[in-house]
Amino acid sequence: MIVFENISKIYPNIVALEKVNLKINSREFVTIVGQSGAGKSTLLKLLTVEELPTEGRVLLDDVEINSLKSRDLPSLRRKISSIFQDFKLLSNKTTFENVAFALEVAGKSREEISETVPQVLELVGLKNHFNVFPHQLSGGERQRASIARALVLRPDIIIADEPTGNLDPLNTWDVIRLLVKINELGTTVILATHNREIVNTLNKRVISMDKGRIVRDEENGRYIL
Amino acid sequence: MLASIQRIFRNGAINFYRNGWLSTATISIMVLTLLVISSLMILSITTRVAVETLQNKIDITVYFSKDATEDKISEVTSELNNLGIVKNVEYISKEDALSKFKERHKDNSLLLQSLSELDDNPLPSSVNIKAKDPSNFANIVSFLESGSAKDMIDKINYYENQTMINRLTRFISTTRQLGLALIIVFSTVAFLVSFNTVRVAIYTAREEISIMKLVGASNWFIRGPFLAEGFLYGLIASIVTVAIFYPVLSFASPYINAFLPKADIYNYFKENFFQFFGIISAIGVGIGVISSLIAIRKHLKN
Ligand SMILES: Nc1ncnc2c1ncn2[C@@H]1O[C@H](COP(=O)(O)OP(=O)(O)OP(=O)(O)O)[C@@H](O)[C@H]1O
Ligand SMILES: [Mg+2]
Repeated sequence: MIVFENISKIYPNIVALEKVNLKINSREFVTIVGQSGAGKSTLLKLLTVEELPTEGRVLLDDVEINSLKSRDLPSLRRKISSIFQDFKLLSNKTTFENVAFALEVAGKSREEISETVPQVLELVGLKNHFNVFPHQLSGGERQRASIARALVLRPDIIIADEPTGNLDPLNTWDVIRLLVKINELGTTVILATHNREIVNTLNKRVISMDKGRIVRDEENGRYIL
Repeated sequence: MLASIQRIFRNGAINFYRNGWLSTATISIMVLTLLVISSLMILSITTRVAVETLQNKIDITVYFSKDATEDKISEVTSELNNLGIVKNVEYISKEDALSKFKERHKDNSLLLQSLSELDDNPLPSSVNIKAKDPSNFANIVSFLESGSAKDMIDKINYYENQTMINRLTRFISTTRQLGLALIIVFSTVAFLVSFNTVRVAIYTAREEISIMKLVGASNWFIRGPFLAEGFLYGLIASIVTVAIFYPVLSFASPYINAFLPKADIYNYFKENFFQFFGIISAIGVGIGVISSLIAIRKHLKN
């Protein structure tokens, strides 16, 4: 379970989050919506400890992650994987190596890597693109590669910050279907998006943000701004 | 542990290969650096040889009076040697002095004839003293003039040469200091240039570094391949440097030898090949690894 407790995030001249309280249960599928600048990315970055709250606590299964030491962050980030709008693949590694990297980082054996990576790449539909570099993939393929990398360590939580922002409708739905499938297999998914159609079709919990505050939080919610 | 070290080196080698252009540029700069350092080594050796040659030319001669016996002179000689500031004492007996004199003037029959008309050998016995450092001559002379031997000393040719000796002494120490300053300045500049190049290479990877962190890589797992890459830069750069250095030196060495016949730089480097290669690759690898270590620190902070 994730708990945001009275979180504020204040940048030098801007209040990005103001007194946010939020609970997300494990295995939930949550979408976060809100206008540009509402604070969605900031909220998600607190979970991966890319940013620290100015006030309040972020708890993951009762561990206060905002006060973790930097040497404990790698293992946290293997439990919480992220997917980004700009994919963030390692440009000088092949598809296979990008996915394998997540396993190498976790100290997995070579045997396990050569067994797991093809399975996961097949799951995301990239079995014919093992040995090419990110710039040789289409946008949709890149995003699927980055999902494969996020999946391969079987994280408890996947954070997807506008994962479809750079994709055409067809690829968008591929990615969303993948996320739903991953969620059905037991992973918590937190999705931030601007896409009305996705939110309305998913019919899951929707958290609406505005100017750093949570203004609406509904099960089976709809995209309302 | 072993597996992850292997992994780190493999990743480093792959990065090195895939960033081919950047690696080549970085190595080229490091080769220039190492060539500068090699040239500084030549400079330092030639300076040393030149200084030694010069120092060997400076000596003083002590002439003894007629009644000084060989025993007493050898006593003085061993006292001098015990001073610790004397490099070498050469005894020249009356007979030696005479035969040297004859040798030197063998074309001057008039002089030789008048010499042979004397019943006695008119030349004094003497010792020739070389100091470890020319600045020591003053001490040696004052030791001789105040010690037990002073009565049997006829003359020391120090005071005539004193200004000359002082001038040479000053020249030698200036040369040394200048050489040292040149070496420090140029190797610092060369090091900084190389360091900056490695820094740029790592800077271009800052995006990758932040991604690796997000994927959950520990700092050592990120740092490792960069250090391995820096190691490879240094190693390859030193091999290239040595491959350039030797042919160039063999070409240049006749010119250097013309100035300093005793230096024989090329042979010196040939005989000490492994030592030289060891030093150059230690410097190269040191620069590569240490620069990477310093340059990556900034990007690993959260
Ligand atoms: N590093 C930063 N320094 C200063 N201000 C920042 C920083 N990051 C974000 N902000 C500000 O915080 C506010 C919230 O930004 P955030 O990225 O969370 O918005 P968002 O809801 O994700 O928007 P979008 O939908 O455009 O991605 C914005 O006003 C932004 O300018
Ligand atoms: Mg955002």
